[in-house]
Amino acid sequence: MSKLDTKNGVIEMGHGSGGRTSAALIDELFVRHFDNALLDQGNDQAAFDIPAGRMVISTDGHVITPLFFPGGDIGSLSVHGTVNDVAMSGAKPLYLSASFILEEGFPLADLERIVISMAKASKDAGVPVVTGDTKVVERGKGDGVFITTTGIGIVPEGINISGDLAQPDDVIIVSGCIGDHGIAILSSREGLQFATTIESDSAALHGLVADMVAAAPAIRCLRDPTRGGLATTLNELARQSKVGMRIRETSIPIRAEVKGACELLGLDPLYIANEGKLVCIVPAKDAEALLAVMHKHPQGQTAAIIGTVCEDAQHMVIMETAFGGNRVVDWLAGEQLPRIC
Amino acid sequence: MKYVDEFRDGDTARALAKVIHAEVNPERDYRLMEFCGGHTHAIFRFGIVDLMPKNIRFIHGPGCPVCVLPAGRIEAAIRLVEEQDVILCTYADLMRVPAGKRDSLQKAKARGADIRMIYSSSDALALARENPGKQVVFFAIGFETTTPPTAAAIKIAQAEGLSNFSVFCNHVETPPAMMTILTAGDAKIDGILGPSHVSTIIGSRAYAECCDTYHVPLVIAGFEPLDVIQSVLMLVRQINTGKAVVENQYTRAVSETGNEKAKALMNEVFEQRALFEWRGLGVLPDSAVQIRSEFTDFDAEKCFAMPEIATADIKGCICPAVLRGMNNPDECKLFGTACTPEDPKGACMVSSEGACAAYYSYGRYKAAEART
Repeated sequence: MSKLDTKNGVIEMGHGSGGRTSAALIDELFVRHFDNALLDQGNDQAAFDIPAGRMVISTDGHVITPLFFPGGDIGSLSVHGTVNDVAMSGAKPLYLSASFILEEGFPLADLERIVISMAKASKDAGVPVVTGDTKVVERGKGDGVFITTTGIGIVPEGINISGDLAQPDDVIIVSGCIGDHGIAILSSREGLQFATTIESDSAALHGLVADMVAAAPAIRCLRDPTRGGLATTLNELARQSKVGMRIRETSIPIRAEVKGACELLGLDPLYIANEGKLVCIVPAKDAEALLAVMHKHPQGQTAAIIGTVCEDAQHMVIMETAFGGNRVVDWLAGEQLPRIC
Repeated sequence: MKYVDEFRDGDTARALAKVIHAEVNPERDYRLMEFCGGHTHAIFRFGIVDLMPKNIRFIHGPGCPVCVLPAGRIEAAIRLVEEQDVILCTYADLMRVPAGKRDSLQKAKARGADIRMIYSSSDALALARENPGKQVVFFAIGFETTTPPTAAAIKIAQAEGLSNFSVFCNHVETPPAMMTILTAGDAKIDGILGPSHVSTIIGSRAYAECCDTYHVPLVIAGFEPLDVIQSVLMLVRQINTGKAVVENQYTRAVSETGNEKAKALMNEVFEQRALFEWRGLGVLPDSAVQIRSEFTDFDAEKCFAMPEIATADIKGCICPAVLRGMNNPDECKLFGTACTPEDPKGACMVSSEGACAAYYSYGRYKAAEART
């Protein structure tokens, strides 16, 4: 008989005590769903051999309201987010660790739903969760559940991708429609429910990246435009590489639904978060061939060239508007807030 | 996007711009004040200035509701929420506006004050219903566009007998502000791009007195970029022929008399306030509204002790002159150094509709363009 009531039970302080209750939670929820040989060994760490090459490590804390949103939840997001951060070096992600901070009173049914979703995302990506940790905090001291994941991966021979390598005349590619994740989250957030068919684009991108680096080993920069959106990522890369960027509004793929929601709320889609898109900077001579490869991958079907890198001592990102004028695509100051009129 | 793309068509814009280039008199300047922050935003977001002849100058008016709210009113709200056990709710873009002593609603929230961002006055009512044990105060701001929804909320609260809901009313009126700027005469304005959303409520006739008294042409303009460009052309034609009348470019939404139902609702709940302080324009008579005595139970200024707080504006900040159209933002000593969108000192740097915030981005681009 199961010791864990995943139907009506809630997280209690005992679930973090290290005793029998903790063990039940770990065995019946985490080990059961994550289900892999390394985790099954039951050690406080996972030991494994690594192939030759440069190793990459990345960590990401996941906090999100609401925990469940159209197109995903905090569980799948915590896998995709870290897998993508590892993959943006051109690496093949190998393993994940996961640390859960659970709030007393959090329904076990919700936790199980999250863990199942996380396990599925991890299996689909082929990147197992091989070690983990669980802590419980008193009611009121957490927001349901926080998940921190760490990922490691190996960069193939001959690949050197970094945010500081963009050069003038390089071409800027985005892998698909921007803004889906942020708008999906907003649409389901308390106090702002609006009906939309938009789902989060949350997805693991390492498959797309593997195809890309195989086709164009000279790729200079890869980055996933998560918080702060495309605008923030372009500004980060421009500053790191000490270059400017010129982009064209008409070339940036954005769904009509996302544009519509942004119009209504007074938000700019360039600053809206994505969880399944990447920005790539590549020498001009490789751009068209790379784009063709991206179009063949499910996650790159709407990939588009959106502009070029240029010399600019101020490292500014400037966009030619659909209207024919120019405007600065600046760093965001604070949070993007909806406008009153 | 249907009904949006049509008003953002680049080819039409360039064709209209060509007509404007052909019709402007190169011997003179055209100083056009766009009253609304919405227009300022459109002018910068779509790069309209790039399409205009050099002698057309946009002067950014005071029509950004968060920009004209004096720091003292925000400080009063912060004191209310920190000293009384209330939930304060307001529209999002008010959160970062500087109050006195480098404070803001956002900072007060971080210190633990219960301040909620809402998207409509009905959200404020919902908060009151969900928190029957707490007083919920709606920090209401805005021009005539946002006043009717506040009036509706008060009426609903009364009908439902909601005893824990009140409104800290800061609603202001457009025509008096416009008259003040024209009376002062220091901005030298040749034409006005009139409010779009505000005019849907108050109607185009509301500006007739302005045009007659000060002999200034006014074109009510929509917020889309083609609306703005077409309205500029209409103003240029009026100026060239010496006319000074109200014209309505935004006919798809604005009528001569406006929205009678909304006006009646405003009139039922609100009455003229004798004096109200505007950031940048000073204390103006008959320029704002207050809640009528029949609705006193929903007037936060009557329900709570809310002192009038005079807050000196920031030393060196020329927001007042910018809001009057006397100075450009980049003529301020603080501009881009002590005052940036990350750390705004004056209100015009806070909202993306504020003239200084728009200039901050655009001015830097122009500087880069000059180097290349």
